[in-house]
Amino acid sequence: MPKVKPHRTSPSLDMTPMVDLAFLLVTFFMLTTKFAPEEAVVVDTPSSTSEIRLPESHVITIAVDDKKRVFFGVDDDAIKSDLLTQVGAKYGVSFTAAQIQAFKGVASSFGTPIEKLPALLSLDSEQRKKVEQDGIPADSTNNQFIEWVQTAQQLSRKSPYGKPQYVAIKGDGKTDVPTVRRVIKLMQEKNINRFNLITDLETKPVAGK
Amino acid sequence: MAEIQQSGGDSGKGGKKRAKKMSTKIDMTPMVDLAFLLLTFFMLTTTFSKPTVMEVAMPVKPKADDPEPPAIKASNALTLLLGKDNKLYYYDGLLSGEVKPELKLSNYGAEGIRQVLLERKRNPELVVLIKPADDSNYKNMVDILDEMNITGTKKYALVDIAKPDQELITSSGL
Repeated sequence: MPKVKPHRTSPSLDMTPMVDLAFLLVTFFMLTTKFAPEEAVVVDTPSSTSEIRLPESHVITIAVDDKKRVFFGVDDDAIKSDLLTQVGAKYGVSFTAAQIQAFKGVASSFGTPIEKLPALLSLDSEQRKKVEQDGIPADSTNNQFIEWVQTAQQLSRKSPYGKPQYVAIKGDGKTDVPTVRRVIKLMQEKNINRFNLITDLETKPVAGK
Repeated sequence: MAEIQQSGGDSGKGGKKRAKKMSTKIDMTPMVDLAFLLLTFFMLTTTFSKPTVMEVAMPVKPKADDPEPPAIKASNALTLLLGKDNKLYYYDGLLSGEVKPELKLSNYGAEGIRQVLLERKRNPELVVLIKPADDSNYKNMVDILDEMNITGTKKYALVDIAKPDQELITSSGL
């Protein structure tokens, strides 16, 4: 009786399909990834049952933290540098090219009065994280906040996007209502009437139970 | 160039030089390692969930020649007062000079204001006035707007708290 020989297979297997798949996924994730923008302030948003998602881009984020400081942020790269020079010009503050470049990294969330902005932009990014920002002045005597919002909206209308930006308010659950109301009222004065309050998702209870 | 010719001269004895036969398979393991490393990195850093938003539309600033908006009938009004320490008060109707409505205490839970709203919603004309006091926090405001969303109350307005309302809270002792 002949011996049954075990079929000899090569120990190295063909990895090509696996590599194909791996690189396909790598490419997908590389192209779709948008790194979370650096936040200058930690804001603990309250939760709501709303399921509307924040749009991916063209958003002005107004953060109000628990110390009632107001932070402003734009995500649209097209308008950042013009925004800085125009708002700076209104307050007689000028910026160097390097500072304008640095602003592109800061613009997603910052809370510094315009007078102190050149100093902040001259720091490198590590030092900048340690700076305690005072919040953007938002009251009737010194209203830099509305300048930022208005200038951003004007630039956005002129930019290829052509529409005003989406206004999102990111308030900390522990901050008080008057601060948020004041921010809203300032924008209402300038005929910005649609706001979006950023919240965490919470499951919707069945009504009546 | 010269080097190539020299080497050509060396093996000029005759007979084609055979290219060394190499296996067509290469070891792909390091490449796969790298690919998966990148894959893991991008998968973990991707921010998938965008935060949710609650849409709030505020009334347009009235122009000088606009007609006065119609007054709300007291029978259709429900006023919610957001007080300090997460307290929530409500009363039916409007607060006018003589009539002092009865102030009731409620809370933000499912058994609190939600039941009140669901009960009042039988009146299709219901208008809810939300008045956050200066010492209420922002979470209260979001909670109550959310409650409007849950109970499906369509007509509501965010109004500044008036002095009589604050006095009502203090005098009620709740």
